[in-house]
Amino acid sequence: MTLYEFSTPQLDYFLLTPFLIVLGVACLGILVEAFWPRKGRFLVQLILGVLGLGCALTVLVLHWGISGLADPSRMPATGPYADSMVSGTVMVDGPAQGFWLILLGFALIAIIGFAERRIHSGATAFTPSAASVPGSHAETEATNEGLTHSEVFPLAIFALAGGMLLVAANDLLVLFVAIEILSLPLYVMVGLARYRRVVSQEASLKYFLLGAMASAVLLFGVAFLFGYAGSFNYTALAGGVTFTAGGDALLLVGLGLVLIGLLFKIGAVPFHSWVPDVYQGAPTPVTAFMSIVTKTAAVGGFLRLFYSGLGGMRWTWQPVLAGVGLLTIAVGVLLAINQNDIKRVLAYSAISHAGFILIPLVGASSTVALGGLTGPSSVASIMFYLIAYGFAALGAFAIVTLVRTQGREATTLEAWAGLGRQHWLVSVILMIFLLSMAGIPLTAGFVGKYVAFVSAWQGGFWWLALAGVLLAVIAVYLYIRVIQVMFFREATDETAELATPGVGTWIVLVICLLGTLGFGLVPGPLLDLLQAVSQFLLPAAL
Amino acid sequence: MTSLYAVLAVILFTIGLIGFLIRRNALVVFMCVELMLNACNLLFVAFSSHHGVLDGQMAAFFVMVVAAAEVVIGLSIIVMITRTRRSTSVDAENVLKG
Repeated sequence: MTLYEFSTPQLDYFLLTPFLIVLGVACLGILVEAFWPRKGRFLVQLILGVLGLGCALTVLVLHWGISGLADPSRMPATGPYADSMVSGTVMVDGPAQGFWLILLGFALIAIIGFAERRIHSGATAFTPSAASVPGSHAETEATNEGLTHSEVFPLAIFALAGGMLLVAANDLLVLFVAIEILSLPLYVMVGLARYRRVVSQEASLKYFLLGAMASAVLLFGVAFLFGYAGSFNYTALAGGVTFTAGGDALLLVGLGLVLIGLLFKIGAVPFHSWVPDVYQGAPTPVTAFMSIVTKTAAVGGFLRLFYSGLGGMRWTWQPVLAGVGLLTIAVGVLLAINQNDIKRVLAYSAISHAGFILIPLVGASSTVALGGLTGPSSVASIMFYLIAYGFAALGAFAIVTLVRTQGREATTLEAWAGLGRQHWLVSVILMIFLLSMAGIPLTAGFVGKYVAFVSAWQGGFWWLALAGVLLAVIAVYLYIRVIQVMFFREATDETAELATPGVGTWIVLVICLLGTLGFGLVPGPLLDLLQAVSQFLLPAAL
Repeated sequence: MTSLYAVLAVILFTIGLIGFLIRRNALVVFMCVELMLNACNLLFVAFSSHHGVLDGQMAAFFVMVVAAAEVVIGLSIIVMITRTRRSTSVDAENVLKG
């Protein structure tokens, strides 16, 4: 009776340590929330979060020091873990560790940004009491008592744990569960803004309903793929795909539905409509967290499924994704031009960046398979692009929190007019982040776009790379427009004030600035590192 | 037999999807999502029996747990909105535009 056999899973705890630490810290955060006295709880959560993520990051880097970079040839081919490594439900290989590094690093920076209290005159960016009705007596009381929701720290760390699981998922069911672990805390975090709470709650509801629908569509696709392959495992899926050479209705329907679910999480057109609303409504530090952590995790999960599991189907999904990618960039850029709210402008820019990430993804080039070529592989260039975008996005959103009128964030572009003349330092820093997003040379964003287009070209999609370059040039206008408003318009009565940033914001700004300029001027070492970890342990048909 | 179950699952899923798109009450919209998840469960179990493996039945339990977690979060968000607006209509949510 093979039906009822149960084999104990083999877990390589050594490789899983960073993930387990993150999950443990999140659980510990819940306990702190329950038992620590309210006074000082925020600080304890912050210290716990920073130390925990720092610890996970250190362990991850130590792994590379001890066992070398996660190169497939160094992975155990035999021995007790060989089976769990290759056909397991969670695969901690090179790309997984590379994405973990990105996720942990940026989550750490974002969480430091959560701690900012000085610019809100002693309060955090999060509502004192999410359960109270906006404008009610209970809310005023909570504000006067100086309450705050320190739950954001464990919530963010749970979301991070879901993201880490998602990029290592080698099983369709784990993929679904990981996406839910990533999304559920985010639905709550979006609704926690201190000011403009009605908008924040609306964003939360919209994100939740659309996100739940997208998850259901993804799950339906998973069911079809399961029906096709008879197993959830990517290894079995890849085997099935190779032998039947596509064309099966179950496989095609499953592929399409899973694609829709994942494109929604990435925020690609035509499933992008939630992005601007959610980015605008969420508390700005949460927006910053989402902009990079959610995107990295979703792209990581996407890459593994489509390269490892469905690589044999790439003649089917490559043209579709090429179209979606170009459309995403075009729509993101065109709609951003009409926006009058800086957070919405950055949200549409995030949509266009999702399109730029799809371009190397379609290229699907790996230097190992192509032998002689020396350019970066698709996975490495996507990782570099995400790192470049992450620094720019986290920095830009940190600056958005500083620009205020009467203590509240002023996000309309009118309030930003002439800001550069009054506060040149912060404006120049923002300008550098915007130029990096636009892909101007000497910034990390330029290198990111360059390697992205090169790897698409290597994969044989030269026309896609050319179209991408063209759209990238048009996209520059979107960032120049904001810079023009800041520097070349006279300040009016509506021009906002600049709050004095506290330590948290300064740390975020300095790290992001160093990252943007540093990796723009000297991208070589980072690219080499990413190239070394860019090989999936289960290279299917690529 | 499996194909009949698959057809039923597709019908249930489509009813859920159409309900999601045309109903205006946030609670009903949310119930439609749950219907879609249950259609997935039916499909999992049907294919599990078809292939003679237990994976699909196990998946159904995972989906139930995830759906329960989603209900907790979803209902709390809907309750929060309802207390603020005195309405559960998704059409009333129109501050964010553009």
